Amino acid sequence: MDPAEHLFRQEAGRLVAILTRLFGVHNLALAEDVVQDAFCRALESWKFHGVPKNPSAWLMTTARNRALEVLRREGTARKFTPELGRLLESEWTMAPVVDEQFEAAAIQDGQLRMMFSCIHPGIPEETQVALVLHLLCGFSVDETAAAFLKKGPAMEKRLGRAKQTLARSKHLFDLTGAKDVAVRLPAVLRALYLLFNEGYHGASAESAVRAGLCDEARRLVSLLLENPLTSTPAAHALAALFCFLAARLPGRTDAAGNLTLLIDHDRSSWDAALIAEGRRQLGLSAAGAEVTTYHLEAAIAGLHADAARAEETDWGGIVALYDTLMKIQPSPVVALNRAVALAQRDGPGRGLEEIALIEDRKRLVRYPFYFAAMGEFELRLERPEKARGHFQAALTLARNPMEKRLLEGRIRKCGDVSPTT
Amino acid sequence: MSEFVFLYRNERHVKGMSPEEAQQAMVKWRAWFKDLETKGHLKNLGQPLERAGKVVGGKKKPVTDGPYAETKDIIGGYSIIEARDLDQAAELAAGCPGIQNGGLVEVRPVMPLNM
Repeated sequence: MDPAEHLFRQEAGRLVAILTRLFGVHNLALAEDVVQDAFCRALESWKFHGVPKNPSAWLMTTARNRALEVLRREGTARKFTPELGRLLESEWTMAPVVDEQFEAAAIQDGQLRMMFSCIHPGIPEETQVALVLHLLCGFSVDETAAAFLKKGPAMEKRLGRAKQTLARSKHLFDLTGAKDVAVRLPAVLRALYLLFNEGYHGASAESAVRAGLCDEARRLVSLLLENPLTSTPAAHALAALFCFLAARLPGRTDAAGNLTLLIDHDRSSWDAALIAEGRRQLGLSAAGAEVTTYHLEAAIAGLHADAARAEETDWGGIVALYDTLMKIQPSPVVALNRAVALAQRDGPGRGLEEIALIEDRKRLVRYPFYFAAMGEFELRLERPEKARGHFQAALTLARNPMEKRLLEGRIRKCGDVSPTT
Repeated sequence: MSEFVFLYRNERHVKGMSPEEAQQAMVKWRAWFKDLETKGHLKNLGQPLERAGKVVGGKKKPVTDGPYAETKDIIGGYSIIEARDLDQAAELAAGCPGIQNGGLVEVRPVMPLNM
């Protein structure tokens, strides 16, 4: 029997978190070495003996034994985690303390500590997200670089610097202080949002890579939901948003693998179980007084999910949610989306008017869907020549082959309405 | 049918692989062994070998530690294969996934009792 897809990768993330907790954050490189050793043994043993019944437990035990060896061998030469230090010095307490870190609750806790530590204020936001993917999701430097469409050596430099920053902090983030957790949680949520976004809208052409990023973001947000300090209404809202969007992933492409517009999705391909989970999370997110952008985005995605057919969409409700979103976090992209919703409600002419009213419109000139939206409205107003110009502008900005093919399809559509002269 | 020992040498150490690559390598090895077995070539799957051990012999230092994980020439494991002749055995060895990871397979005919 083959192991579950990405098992090694996910276990690597868990093991690095546990071992860093044991060895101390300054010994991050040692933790990574021990994890690689465990995988070395797994590969060599399993290729002959087959995958054990419980591969995760096998890897945990192997990592535990290697950790004990390291602690015994290097106990005098290195300083390990300060708060565990004494207990790791004595043979009497060493094994029980190590075993504690491999218990289910401690594994959860270790991963959360690592997640909060990666979102270090001294590390640039984009690198924080890459670091989470690298350390907590077990992506190698090259795989992380590929996920963000960056060059390997550049990513190696960035991750190297980030790890140094991490290793210089005295200890992993302490999850017991409610106040510290509350202060850093928004940045953690933002990083997971960016990670999901990279998968959902990202530039990487390979859909498997992108779906993988969405899955990882969902896995990490579910860790937040299992801890009372981090399962805030905003975290539930973010989880709801991920569920609704992930539910739509199968409909984003048609049978030929081409990107389709939301209104053209085959909605029967949407994942009903994920939509149900999204509704549950959205319900849980309503517990507090605070309304975050995640609440609003999740509510918008929820309204789309409610419509069995595109024409049944509650565009009025969606416009209202965008209005609120514009109040708490105005941005040209939000304004553009609002204009699209208005066009659906009131017709394409209204959409064009609203786009003309967007403040800071020039910030959208590198955004392909700015031109694509205008093209769409012009096409519906039966002005194919104007539409074609917009779609061509969008095409020059397209970020991946899927977007290119989608826009080329729209350009052909302009020809259908009125043959080119 | 004749017997051959396959010695798996020098596969790229997992330290140079990502967890994802290691998992894919493992799945490929399983599939390769399965294929050999289905086609009746797998006399004995054999065993993986630890990287650390001792080397015994020589004049001055009869026992040394080694081979080391970092040594260039290391046998990672062995299997016993049945094939028509050396050519067929070599052909079978060519499918070994270790080769894609920089390894090589040494194919050695087992010397028969009757010459």
